[in-house]
Amino acid sequence: MTFTNSIQLVYVLAAACFVIGLHLMNSPATARRGNQVSTAGMTIAIVATLILLIHAGTVTAIGWTVLIVGALLGSAVGLWSARTVQMTAMPQLVSMFNAVGGGAAALVAVYEYIHDESAVGGVLGSKTVFTVLDVIIGSVTFTGSLIAAGKLQGLITGSPVMIKGGRAINLVLIVVALGSAAFMLTTASLPALLLVVLASLAFGVLMVLPIGGADMPVVISLLNAFTGTAVAMAGFVINNWALIVAGALVGASGGILTKLMADAMNRSLSNIMLGGFGTGDTAVAAVAAGDAQIRSIAADDAAIQLAYASKVIIVPGYGLAAAQAQHGVAELAALLEDRGVEVSYAIHPVAGRMPGHMNVLLAEANVPYPQLKEMDEINPEFPRADVALVIGANDVTNPAARRPGTAISGMPILDVDQAQSIIVVKRSMGTGYAGIDNELYANPKTSMYFADAKKAVAEMTAAVKTLVG
Amino acid sequence: MSTTLVTDLTIFILALLVGIEVIGKVPATLHTPLMSAANSIHGIVLAGALLIGLTAHNAVGYILAFVAAFFAAANVVGGYVVTGRMLKMFRRKAAPPAVPAAQAPEAAAAEQRESVRS
Repeated sequence: MTFTNSIQLVYVLAAACFVIGLHLMNSPATARRGNQVSTAGMTIAIVATLILLIHAGTVTAIGWTVLIVGALLGSAVGLWSARTVQMTAMPQLVSMFNAVGGGAAALVAVYEYIHDESAVGGVLGSKTVFTVLDVIIGSVTFTGSLIAAGKLQGLITGSPVMIKGGRAINLVLIVVALGSAAFMLTTASLPALLLVVLASLAFGVLMVLPIGGADMPVVISLLNAFTGTAVAMAGFVINNWALIVAGALVGASGGILTKLMADAMNRSLSNIMLGGFGTGDTAVAAVAAGDAQIRSIAADDAAIQLAYASKVIIVPGYGLAAAQAQHGVAELAALLEDRGVEVSYAIHPVAGRMPGHMNVLLAEANVPYPQLKEMDEINPEFPRADVALVIGANDVTNPAARRPGTAISGMPILDVDQAQSIIVVKRSMGTGYAGIDNELYANPKTSMYFADAKKAVAEMTAAVKTLVG
Repeated sequence: MSTTLVTDLTIFILALLVGIEVIGKVPATLHTPLMSAANSIHGIVLAGALLIGLTAHNAVGYILAFVAAFFAAANVVGGYVVTGRMLKMFRRKAAPPAVPAAQAPEAAAAEQRESVRS
C-alpha cells in the first residue's frame, strides 16, 4: 500500500466517525458520545493531513509558520466564542461558523486555481466546474451568513430590507457570475474567477438582506446546506474524500432542516427567499376582532388554575427567550411538578431563531428533555390538558391556520385551543409576524395575562407559592 | 470522464444518501446541536486549508493559506466545543433530583424504553 493510499484510508475512517457521530445524535442520551466520536474522527483526519505535509517535505518554513499561526489563532477565536456565547445567541454563532466554513472552502478552490493556472496548460475540464461551484456557493455563504448573523445580533435591522431594483441587481450578478464561469470552461482565466468571487459575494448580501427575522430558521438551515455543499465541492477540487463525505453529510443535514423549517411555516423556499413576509400584501383580517370578548386574568387566578391542574402544557415562543424568561418558566414548572402536576412543553419547530433553538434554551434552564415534546407528539395531548400556558408564542397557536383564506392557512399549528382552559401571557393584543389577529384570544376558554413574560412568570410563581404555602 | 471523477461522484452521492438516512432520525429536540455538529464536521475543510501549504511558495499562497487555516480552525474548534457545551445541558432529570410520585412510573417506563432501544 502506498503512502497516499494509507492517508486516503485514514480519511475514510474519519468519514465513518462522522457518520457514526451523527447517528448517535438520534437520542439525547447518546448524543454526547456522538460528538466525541465525531471529534475523534476530525482529530485523526487533521493528524493524517499533518503527517502527509511532513512526509511530502515541500512545505516551506514560512508555509509552516503561516499554517500553524493561522490555525492556532483560528482555534483560539473559535474556542473563545464557543465558550462565551449565550444560548440565545446560538443562531448567530452557527451563522458565523457557516460563514468561515464557506469562506475557507472558497479560498481552497481559489488557491488551487491560482496554482494550477501558473502551471502548464491551466485548469480546464471538470475541475473547473467544481472550482466554480465551490467559489460561487462558498462566497454566497460567506457574505450571506455574515448578514444573517448581523440581523440576528441586531447589528442590521431584522425586518426585511428591500433595496430598490434589488432583483434587477441580483439578476445582473447572476449573469456576471455564470457568464464568467462559462468563459472559464474554455479559457483558464484568473480575472474571470475573481469576477465570479465578487459577484457571488455581492449576491450573498443581497440574498439575505430582504429576509425577515422570523424566517431566520430557514435561512440558517439553507446556508448550512450551502456550506456543506461548498466543502464537498472543495473536496472534488483537491480530490479529497474526507471533504467530499463531510460536505455531503452537512449538505444533507442542512437540506433536511431547511425543508422541515419551511414546512413548519407552510411556505415555499422561493417565497421566503423573495422576502417581504408580513408586509401586508397577503394578510387578510381573520375575524372581526371588535366584537370578540377578551377575558383578562391576574396572577392569583392564573396560579389557582395552574396549581390545581393535573396536566399543564407550556407553549413557549420566541417572546419567552426575548424576555429571558426561560429560567423563570422552568422554576414555575418545577414548583408545579413538586405538587404532582404533570408538566410538559409543546415546542413548535419554528419556536426559536434556528431549528431546535427553544429546546436548547429550555435545556439550559434545567428543563429535563423528556418534558420537551415535538408538535406531532404533543398535539393529541392538548384535550387532556387542564391548562395550556402560552408564553410568547402567537401565530403557531392561531386556529385560523386550519381555515383557508388567511395569511397562515395550512401552517401546522399547536392545538392549544383543544385544552380545557388557556392562559396567554402577552404584552398586548399586538399581532405576530403574520400580521393577523389570533382567534385563540377570543376563545371563551382563553384568559389573557397582559404582562412582560419574565414579570408574569415571576408573579405566577410567587402566587402559586402563596397559594400552596 | 476520468476514473477519479467517477469515484469522487460515487462517494459524494452515497454519502449524501447516508446523510439523509441518518439525519432524518435525529429528533427535533436536538436540531440545534445537530446543526452545530454538522458545522464542526464541515470544519474538515481545515485539511484542505493545510494542504495549500504543500505548494504555497509565494505571498499570495501564504496569505490564502493563512486566512483559510484561520477560518477553518475557528470553524472546527468552535463547532465541537459549542456542540459539547449544548449537549451537556440536555438532562433526563432536573439537576436536583426531584421526581414527584405521579411522574415516577412514567419516567421509569421511558427509561426502560430507552434502554431497550439502545
